Amino acid sequence: MTVMQHIWIVLGVLFVFLNIAAGLIWVERRLLALWQDRLGPNRAGPLGLFIVLADTLKLFFKEDWIPPFADKWVFILAPAIVVASVLMGIAIIPFAPGIVVADLNVGLMFFLAMSSLGVYSIVLGGWASNNKYSLLGALRGASQMIAYEVFMGLSLMGVVMLSKSFNLTNIVAAQQHLWFVVTQPVGFVVFFIAGLAETHRLPFDIPEAESELIAGFHSEYSGMKFGMFFIGEYLGISLISAMTVTLFFGGWLGPAFLPPVVWFFLKTFFFIGVFILMRASLPRPRYDQLMAYGWKLLLPLVLLNLLVTGAIALWLKS
Amino acid sequence: MISHLRTMWLVFRHLFQKKVTVQYPEEKVPLYPRWRGRIVLTKDPDGGERCVGCYLCAAACPVDCIALQATENEEGRRYPEFFRINFSRCIFCGYCEEACPTYAIQLIPDFEMAEYKRQDLVYEKEDLLINSEGKYPGYNFYNVAGLDAGVKEKGKGKDEETPVDIKSLLP
Repeated sequence: MTVMQHIWIVLGVLFVFLNIAAGLIWVERRLLALWQDRLGPNRAGPLGLFIVLADTLKLFFKEDWIPPFADKWVFILAPAIVVASVLMGIAIIPFAPGIVVADLNVGLMFFLAMSSLGVYSIVLGGWASNNKYSLLGALRGASQMIAYEVFMGLSLMGVVMLSKSFNLTNIVAAQQHLWFVVTQPVGFVVFFIAGLAETHRLPFDIPEAESELIAGFHSEYSGMKFGMFFIGEYLGISLISAMTVTLFFGGWLGPAFLPPVVWFFLKTFFFIGVFILMRASLPRPRYDQLMAYGWKLLLPLVLLNLLVTGAIALWLKS
Repeated sequence: MISHLRTMWLVFRHLFQKKVTVQYPEEKVPLYPRWRGRIVLTKDPDGGERCVGCYLCAAACPVDCIALQATENEEGRRYPEFFRINFSRCIFCGYCEEACPTYAIQLIPDFEMAEYKRQDLVYEKEDLLINSEGKYPGYNFYNVAGLDAGVKEKGKGKDEETPVDIKSLLP
């Protein structure tokens, strides 16, 4: 692969994912509305698609206010971290044979590392805001993400055992005959739940929790800085959906009548839809319920899954 | 877990249900005959103003948005010299309609009265008067009143006895 080709892939991936993140503004509002028996934004442009443009313009022209009591530089830095870390995570996803930004041999580890770094944006954003609700949100975000990070990694180890590789291209190739969702159903469910908690989406939006914390860690943010948190969240949804597809649903694999990239994005959009459906249907758990659920149910479950997978793998080998 | 999945399925099914949204400028909201909207002054079947300038509506109005000045024509029929409703104050409570003894002031099902200038929300008598009998067709106050104001003579109305001659002692 020449350098030019590589640059084109990087730019293409960046373009596609930033546009998906922006487009999700419309997709989410429209889907939420339809599930609540409403119509949603349908005025600006065809099917209301221009609301993306209108919303972006609005965010750009809003006053970009930095509170006088805030820790200025950290306050500015925090929203950038979430977008940067999620975009780094996207770099290792193979979209089709050969279309991948960084074909790392430790791809999965890199993804886990990057999604862990995302927690810094919440912690620093909440801390720098110098506001007690923001700090509470940051605190919750930190403990939630650290807790769910643990078994997010562990839930993927079953996949690694079966495919004998941390490289995502190899993991997809190992699903040629059978998707890992069939052999690793527990791993899939736990990974998806942990992914929800990682992106702090509803029902796990405890760091934000409008009704109790007034938007939590980003109460003090406005304008495009808030927009970055917003985009970061949508990018996070896309990343987790893409990772779910890559790890459990055979990535680009599918019947030959559609090109691999189309299969990949079809599956990804299905999971993005599931994310939004969960937001539309499930209530937010209490904070202690979330932590108890994570440590007392999901962690033992995922360890058991690891044990059973290892035992079966050994038994098949001998 | 199962209940969560069931919840999600039930919410998903709403995708195919009828939407409750009324797409307003194209689709109109259904308004019923007794809906309290814009205030009008109606006329009697003969085309005369029903309002007799009794000030009861202005007195009943809780936000004091009605102003009028009563006067009389040469036949002795009372009518408002000016009649002004400030719709930027009006709360559409309908007390004026209830207070009106002649069914003159009425609230009709119409709410589309937005203006760019606040002053344009002050309606004068010519804006309020409509060429209709409103909710009470056929009603003319002076037909049932014991007063001759050019509509009928004294004692000539339906179910009305001729006036007693107070100067006479005959039974």
